[in-house]
Amino acid sequence: MNWLTQLVSRRQLYRDLSEEIQAHLDEKIEELVADGMSRDEARHMAMREFGNLALLEENGRDVWAWPSIENFLLDLRYGLRALWHSPVFTVVALLTISIGIAANVSVFTVVNSVLLRPLHYPRADQLVALHQVAPGAEGLADFENGLLLSPSMYFTYAEHNRTFQSLGVWVTGNANVTGLAVPEQVRTIGVSDGVLQTFDVPPAVGRWLLQADHVPGGPQRVMLSYGYWQRRFGGSTTVVGQNITLDSQPREIVGVMPAGFQFVDADFDIVVPFAFDRGKLILAGFGFHGVARLKPGVAIAEANADIARMLPIWMDSFSNGPGTNPHIYETWKIIPMLRSLKQEVIGNVGELLWVVMGTIAVVMLIACANVTNLLLVRVEARQQELAVRAALGAGRARIVRGLLVESLMLGLMGGGVGMGLAHAGVGFLVAMGPSNLPRMSEISLDARTLAFTLLLSLLSGLLFGLIPALRYARPRTGSALQSGGRTISVSRERHRARNLLVVGQVAMALVLLLSAGLMIRTFEAVQTVDPGFADAQHLQIMRISIPASLIAEPERVTRTQNAILDKLAAIQGVKSVGFVSNMPMEGVDSDWDEIFAQDKVYSGDLIAPLRLYKYLSPGLMQTAGTRLVAGREMTWGDIYGHRPVVMISESLAREMWGTPSAAVGKHLREYSKMPWHEVIGVIQDVREKGVQETAPEIVYWLPLVQNRFDPAIRTVTFVIRSARAGTESFLNDVQEAVWSVNSNLPLASVQTMQDVYNKSMARTSFTLVMIGIAAAMALALGVVGIYGVMSYIVSQRQREIGIRLALGAQRGQVLQMVLEQGTKLTVVGVAIGVAVGLGFTRLMTHLLFGVSAHDPLTFASVSSLLILVAVLACYIPARRAMRFDPAVAIRDE
Amino acid sequence: MTKETQRDLFPGALEMMILRTLKRQPLHGYALAQHIKRTSDDLLQIEEGSLYPALQRLLKQELVKAEWGTSSTNRRVRIYRLTHAGAKHLQREVSSFERMLDGITRVLAPGES
Repeated sequence: MNWLTQLVSRRQLYRDLSEEIQAHLDEKIEELVADGMSRDEARHMAMREFGNLALLEENGRDVWAWPSIENFLLDLRYGLRALWHSPVFTVVALLTISIGIAANVSVFTVVNSVLLRPLHYPRADQLVALHQVAPGAEGLADFENGLLLSPSMYFTYAEHNRTFQSLGVWVTGNANVTGLAVPEQVRTIGVSDGVLQTFDVPPAVGRWLLQADHVPGGPQRVMLSYGYWQRRFGGSTTVVGQNITLDSQPREIVGVMPAGFQFVDADFDIVVPFAFDRGKLILAGFGFHGVARLKPGVAIAEANADIARMLPIWMDSFSNGPGTNPHIYETWKIIPMLRSLKQEVIGNVGELLWVVMGTIAVVMLIACANVTNLLLVRVEARQQELAVRAALGAGRARIVRGLLVESLMLGLMGGGVGMGLAHAGVGFLVAMGPSNLPRMSEISLDARTLAFTLLLSLLSGLLFGLIPALRYARPRTGSALQSGGRTISVSRERHRARNLLVVGQVAMALVLLLSAGLMIRTFEAVQTVDPGFADAQHLQIMRISIPASLIAEPERVTRTQNAILDKLAAIQGVKSVGFVSNMPMEGVDSDWDEIFAQDKVYSGDLIAPLRLYKYLSPGLMQTAGTRLVAGREMTWGDIYGHRPVVMISESLAREMWGTPSAAVGKHLREYSKMPWHEVIGVIQDVREKGVQETAPEIVYWLPLVQNRFDPAIRTVTFVIRSARAGTESFLNDVQEAVWSVNSNLPLASVQTMQDVYNKSMARTSFTLVMIGIAAAMALALGVVGIYGVMSYIVSQRQREIGIRLALGAQRGQVLQMVLEQGTKLTVVGVAIGVAVGLGFTRLMTHLLFGVSAHDPLTFASVSSLLILVAVLACYIPARRAMRFDPAVAIRDE
Repeated sequence: MTKETQRDLFPGALEMMILRTLKRQPLHGYALAQHIKRTSDDLLQIEEGSLYPALQRLLKQELVKAEWGTSSTNRRVRIYRLTHAGAKHLQREVSSFERMLDGITRVLAPGES
């Protein structure tokens, strides 16, 4: 018989079976009656000897069925009906689960999109960032990006490597576009030959920049980003072949990159090809990011070895000019440390996201504990129903399975609702997330998110279903039938599971509250740090760049900037103005060079420590609110008089000469042909890389200082202090003022210092808010959990308490008794939570600032807060217990 | 509940006894139960009802076939008879059971060797 005929004839089979069994019983009864037994007795005897009629008949039928599937469908129907009939329980449980799942799915979506998914390049696993470090180069340890590549390194690697399919160097920059609408500053990416080939993303329109476009003195060509193409050219395909004026120089557009394409993590408007003159390159100039595509099957370690092999070739092939020792870089101990491009993009965000994911997962556990509690209460209440089912022939396994199916169904329904909520949650996270979070634009739900939701739903269903189901699995059918809903004495053992759940919830909630507490302390600590500027919301800043093609002569550049300052200062409501090569935390790549002090001895081949250097104008310090620690501020007279003077940061002064005042009058310079510059002033330390990073040692040159390349500082940040900062009318006035000096100058990165500060704090605030939300949910769920359990215990002990009161117990004693029980559970939970917290908070050390991961104040205050809240939660049921009317309590039974 | 565990001596034992009984003559369920009870001298405590799931299993494997007919006491009953496959299956089962029994007996016998 095949399965199809089985399916058709199943009814017949079942009918035959029942008829046959009935016939069996009839025959037996007849026979017993014939032997002289009464008909009633005979029927009982026949039934007894036959065994469990319903169960055996079902087993007989099961032979023909697919029992697992059919029983499952039955369980499903039964479970649905059970849920439908207790709507309050179902709604509360569903709400708890779905909110928990929604929070988890939202965060997982971000984790998945940012950390787990491959980058949007073809065969992205082959892409690496050419990261290298130079532990021997003093000062370089401060480099965010390690030792970047120099153009000569790029040529060496490109020509001699054995492990790469292609490689190139790139760097972000700015350029002014004129002739389209108003002058506009755009974000550019400078690329060498090989960069586009390495990413291997085909252009949306036109063609890539090719080798012929990188020839010095050759044709000037560019590519556009998709966004810029849409914005400025309306997405017209005839754009290929048109010219665009970049820094006053016409360039031909050859292609457009597709939407969403980024250079590693950099957005851009225009791609500009480098045209290095290979013959004129020196060793130095370490300012370029390297990217490469590994040959198939090549591991990063092999590529590292390959680059290490090429470093001597590089030193042999190039020099820093006559009379210099090319092998001086051996003292730098350059080590290639290639990173997968994904790792480069993600940076240290992984840690932050995993901490957030971990805290949210704990919330899920607490939610599961709450639902477990609800289910436990429900199973107790359903003892009778279950006992009846068991008496009717349901096997224990069957009932346990039924309960599990019910909780799994709850989990899945929660998952469904949670998925919907998560959709909104992801929107919230994207809006909330720091704008400098990498791959923010790629965040979306996908198949993996769905799989995660399903898994989470099933797992949580299993988790909160298992304990009630297993507890039921202990045989006590008889007693349940007998007691019939009357609660006889409630054994201690019956509360054990619930007590454990409460302790667990308290412990987990405490861990999250500790994390939140530490983040709050971090936030407080950060607020007290002096970043090196003051009253940030009244500081308007903007970047203005004066290309050589617009104004060639250095002194005229400075005079133009000076003129702009004068015009800006004349705007109504402006207190003071100044400019600087960049403000702290602006995210502009910093410049570094060796700095020699006149009164220090540098042995022959040694390279002096690298120092960050900046430029600033007179008035900048007063405008920004940066303090002068010693000496005096520079003047326009110093600048136009080409006086060899310099200012330095307090930390550098202390390092070189012990005290700020000792530094004044000392001399330093960058390289041997540069005249010695006198230190005239010492400036307070500024938090260049963000409040949580230590302030670097900085040398402040004057504009027009005798400089190797170009004495003019062509791109600077103008800083204006005004109560009108950030307002529309003020920005119009500012623009007018700038254009009255030169109408070809676009304003870029127009913002207040408060924006800059907030952006730099974004990760800390994001972590704080996320952990705060998780902790708040944990606290709420935990309190509800304690309250629920204490209420249940009190209602179960109603009879006992009634008797106690009847026997003369004081109401105060009853109150105390219940409170003590709740407090005991909480204190145990808190103790465990503190122990776990000591380990957990260490994981977030990198997110903390100015507070130890084991900060006793946080631990103490959070613990006492939780105990206080828990005691309050117990107080309500305790008061109810105290007010029991002994007569009612006893009569109720 | 506890009876359930005594239903079979070992998996397949009940089926083997049914097949062996049916080999002698076709029988209906009640007669089959009585026969097995009688011949085992009530040594084996078998719930009469447990016969039916076993019979259903044998039917499904086509080791027995069933027909509605009339019993000696003139009742409408389902009469089971052994199929060809059933006879072969029985032979295989009995011989493997005997080997097993033999082995167990040797182990349990007081050791002379």
